[in-house]
Amino acid sequence: MKREVTLQVNGEPYTVIVDTRETLLDALRYRLGFLGPKEGCGNGNCGSCTVILDGAIVDSCLVFAVEAEGAEVTTVEGVAVNGQLHPVQQAFIATGALQCGFCTPGFIMSAKSLLERNPNPTEQEIRLALSGNLCRCTGYDKIVRAVMTASQALAKVA
Amino acid sequence: MEQRVIGTRLPKVDAPERVTGKAAFGADLQLPGMLWAKIVRSPYPHARIKKIDPSKALALPGVKAVITATDLPPLAKGATAPLVGEMSINLTAIREIALASEKVRYHGQSVAAVAAVDPFTAEEAAQLVEVDYEELPLVEDVLEAMRPDAPLVHEDLFTEEEATRQKATRPSNIATHMVYSRGDVEAGWRAADVVIERTYRTQMVHQGYLEPQACAARVEPDGKVTVWTSTQGVFTVRTQLVELLGLPASRIKVVPMEIGGGFGGKALAICEPIVAVLAQKTGRPVKLVLSREEVLRATGPGAPAVITVKAGATRDGKLTAVSTTMCYDAGAFPGSPVGRGILVGLAPYKLENMWAEGFDVVTNKPRVQAYRAPGGTPAAFAVEALMDELAEAIGMDPLEFRLRNAAAQGDLLPLGMPLNRVGLKTILEQVKAHPCWTTPLHGPNRGRGLALGYWIGGTFTSSVEIRVNPDATVSVFVGTVDLTGTRTAIVQMVAEELHLSPSDISITVGDTDTAPYADLSGGSRITYTMSTAVHQACQDTLAQLKERAADKLKVSPADIEYSERQFRVRRDPQKAVTLKEVARESVAWGKGPVIGKGSTTRMQPAHAYAAHVADVEVDPDTGKVKVLRYTCFQDVGRAINPVQVEGQMQGGAVQGIGWALTEEYVFDRGVLKNANLLDYRCPVALDLPMIDTVIVEVPASEGPYGVRGTGEVSIVPPGAALANAIYRATGVRLYELPMTPERVFWAMRARRGPGEVQMAAAD
Amino acid sequence: MREFAYAAPQNLQEAIELLSRAPDDGRPLAGGTDLIVQMKERRKNPSLVVDVKRIPELNVLTWDERQGVRIGAAVPCARIVAFAPVRERYPALAEACGLIGSVQIQNRAALGGNFCNAAPSADAVPPVLVYAGTLVIAGPTGRRQLPAEEFFLGPGQTVLGKGEMLVEIALPPPPALSGAAYLRFIPREEMDIAVAGVASFIRLSADRRRCEQARIALAAVAPTPVRAREAEEFLIGKPPDETNLAQAGELAARAANPISDVRGSAAYRLELVKVLTRRTLQKALERLV
Repeated sequence: MKREVTLQVNGEPYTVIVDTRETLLDALRYRLGFLGPKEGCGNGNCGSCTVILDGAIVDSCLVFAVEAEGAEVTTVEGVAVNGQLHPVQQAFIATGALQCGFCTPGFIMSAKSLLERNPNPTEQEIRLALSGNLCRCTGYDKIVRAVMTASQALAKVA
Repeated sequence: MEQRVIGTRLPKVDAPERVTGKAAFGADLQLPGMLWAKIVRSPYPHARIKKIDPSKALALPGVKAVITATDLPPLAKGATAPLVGEMSINLTAIREIALASEKVRYHGQSVAAVAAVDPFTAEEAAQLVEVDYEELPLVEDVLEAMRPDAPLVHEDLFTEEEATRQKATRPSNIATHMVYSRGDVEAGWRAADVVIERTYRTQMVHQGYLEPQACAARVEPDGKVTVWTSTQGVFTVRTQLVELLGLPASRIKVVPMEIGGGFGGKALAICEPIVAVLAQKTGRPVKLVLSREEVLRATGPGAPAVITVKAGATRDGKLTAVSTTMCYDAGAFPGSPVGRGILVGLAPYKLENMWAEGFDVVTNKPRVQAYRAPGGTPAAFAVEALMDELAEAIGMDPLEFRLRNAAAQGDLLPLGMPLNRVGLKTILEQVKAHPCWTTPLHGPNRGRGLALGYWIGGTFTSSVEIRVNPDATVSVFVGTVDLTGTRTAIVQMVAEELHLSPSDISITVGDTDTAPYADLSGGSRITYTMSTAVHQACQDTLAQLKERAADKLKVSPADIEYSERQFRVRRDPQKAVTLKEVARESVAWGKGPVIGKGSTTRMQPAHAYAAHVADVEVDPDTGKVKVLRYTCFQDVGRAINPVQVEGQMQGGAVQGIGWALTEEYVFDRGVLKNANLLDYRCPVALDLPMIDTVIVEVPASEGPYGVRGTGEVSIVPPGAALANAIYRATGVRLYELPMTPERVFWAMRARRGPGEVQMAAAD
Repeated sequence: MREFAYAAPQNLQEAIELLSRAPDDGRPLAGGTDLIVQMKERRKNPSLVVDVKRIPELNVLTWDERQGVRIGAAVPCARIVAFAPVRERYPALAEACGLIGSVQIQNRAALGGNFCNAAPSADAVPPVLVYAGTLVIAGPTGRRQLPAEEFFLGPGQTVLGKGEMLVEIALPPPPALSGAAYLRFIPREEMDIAVAGVASFIRLSADRRRCEQARIALAAVAPTPVRAREAEEFLIGKPPDETNLAQAGELAARAANPISDVRGSAAYRLELVKVLTRRTLQKALERLV
């Protein structure tokens, strides 16, 4: 069945017609053109589809698009501001925390959200917070280091 | 000469698009009028296909086509088996995996495919295709399959003896049998003070790339077929499509999308023929994206194995003989990496007396594909765990035992080739001096394990083209898909040789129409072979530039030297002209634009050795293993980009840790029970400590920088490193991977001895 | 996935009416982390999905000294963990809610959903049982309450009738000199479904020398979450020492009736029950207030 959904993505309002079966991930990617969030598993086990929904990270493959009526969504495309990369993005690049890059959009969202909740996390807190995001290329080491670097960079700005 | 760019920690040149979500992977492709494909899959692990009725699917509104194997042209007579990276496979098998013709040989095998206007309709249509099957008896286990009375996966498969190419007369599930030997193992057993024999088993695992297979095809107005795909090799795919579609290479263009992990599993063209034929049939672009369930059930996992190893040593630590029998499970079609297993398992050791037997066996499971050092991990698990036991039995430190028997330049590898310059002893000396080895590990239920690894490193063909732009920036073109950061490494090499900065250089991975030819990306070969090809292309580029500079300065090219963007006359350095000036005029000067080329096909192997040290703590009440500390030592020859090298070492190690502790395919009567990422357990961040890396640089024998292939060997040691550590933590040796908490728990309870697995005799 | 109609009522009555009028396969949707997976796999095929997240009664999250804590059925785990009275007074529940899935899952998955999905492995259920939780159910014939452990009939099956919805989970204030803990065993450190899970609650005598009350609830080792009553009764009057805790573990395993599946064998699960019972009792004692 088709339904109309109005939501905000990366600060801009959008109205789309979706099939009720479409997930938020489907709608973001194929209706609205936000191809950053990826589908890695379709059932909430890999985090490649992570977006921020009303302030909290979620697996967008486990949200129906219709549930996001009136919601505010942030995807990886909305993280850089005016072309300026966020400290998390800069840290990922500088630390070498990505290889193929498929899981990276999801990790950026989870890391950004973590640092907003907990600006000075320990290694174990970072690992726990990122356990909903799978990476197969890096072994997580440089990702964890990138988050530590980003937390220091954000502390300097604050 | 000191290197300014090579060896630096340059950030990945293609990182910005990845951290902003702009890099386009296979599923990101959108084309106007695009249809969505969905594959119809067999519900039986072994069955004859009697009839396929697509009528109900075709009657569903929005469904535009249904195809089966009959829609693929028959293979041309004499179509040869392509070399698809590190594992060969015959074209008939690839065709059958894409669309099965008369039989299905594994649960989930593709039997038909639909194209529809949206994914939901495609999914529904796939359910409406009716297929009649006649179920056949199933053979699931590799040892069961080797028995003479086992059901046959292929009625026309006759065991081939690898050395003689002779075939047996009765069909069998054993596709190939091989024996490599030298010296006199019987004399070796007699000379030994201690001889130990053990049998080890590993399970089927998956590469676990985060990106499911995704590809699309469109037929152009002139009939040419364009295929976009996340693949490890555009030319490799094109070669397969030429045969599978019956089209010449000039009528097929393969465009690489960014690839979200491959690790050897994205080389076979098992999806591309489907979208190509659906595009031909419907006249519209068609896209196929596999679900994670399909990825686990029906792509190419890593091969399981049952391996027996016997080794003897004298009390002063000398290995007197090693013998092994390795049975590798190829899944539904022949071609498991058993030969590589023999090579990798025994490569760290100088062996005078050796006997190694290998069996490539088919079963009713998905056909395996390469998984990062294919064949190596199970073999090294077996051999390195046995060597640990043997060292203990003669009262020797495991590291000293390895040093005593370590292979070096000139020693023969198991399959006969002599080693060129290698760094195994250097690695072992560095382990010996490193805190990860020297710092005592205190506390109950804790233990430390060591294991070695090896990978031969592929070579094959790589080419590169360098174009000098009029403003003296440079555009580099390659056909090698970037799996591991090779774009960045190539940029560093060009910057180094041409005295440019990386920001002056753009690099493009082209499609099969625009890029210079390259074989598959994989096999740890790209940076290694590209180092030679890039060096050649840079030399060619400089030669052409010097010619033009010489012309301007009215001297001969031999009088010109180049440094830091200036061409100077050697005898009279005041006479100079800048790179910018030469570049600006070059498009209309002499022979025209400067295009430098380099290519290489047959470098000698740049053998890569590694050693891993693991510290674990085991919960005696539950058997759960915690990795406390993990250190990888690897000889990379020369680290073009240390950040990327570290990343390769860490990524491979963690895949190996998953293989060792938590990952396995669980089958029940041929059906995979854990076809999702919840119950197929890849390590998550909280499961691991930091993965420490020590880069060892013993230059390779060939190549301008001494680079060795780096990407694969790191997955080889973790199995045994962890098994050996668990032994020291618990007093119990495990002979089966993965060493799940439950397996460790029961082993500790039983304090049982070695695994008792009977080997079936060859026919 | 089967096609379905979607409604997002803003009051409870409307939701009940929608579910009552739907053909048998209408489903409430809270976090979706179970239901959407099941719909994708065609294990559940509702023709109507009623999104209950906008209903005020289902979003209640309050605490007071007398009543204890009230948690609306749609409140996600993350909100429960963030709620200080839960962390301070019902730590076993906070523990469980912080273990389910990942941060992403916890931001959506609701306690009510954990109950209604009725998986034997549901992590948040055993703590509710040992904290003597009651459930508030609303339906076409009105409201009713029942003890939490009476909610389950079998794997995936609850006592909810047609048109009925779980509205609220209420936990009374824990008595003095009591503590509780939840532990589960999984092969990795996160993301897995429990191979076995145990919540233990223990209350000591005024002189702290004897156990006066114990509740032990097991997950993933029977068709429904179960109380280990033999173990509970054993502990009454006994000193809470190592030997008795270990014996309680042995007895708790007798209440289990696990199956063997891809996550673990029945025999292993029984061993885990013993270990987890012992450990949660120990942890509960350390938390004694």
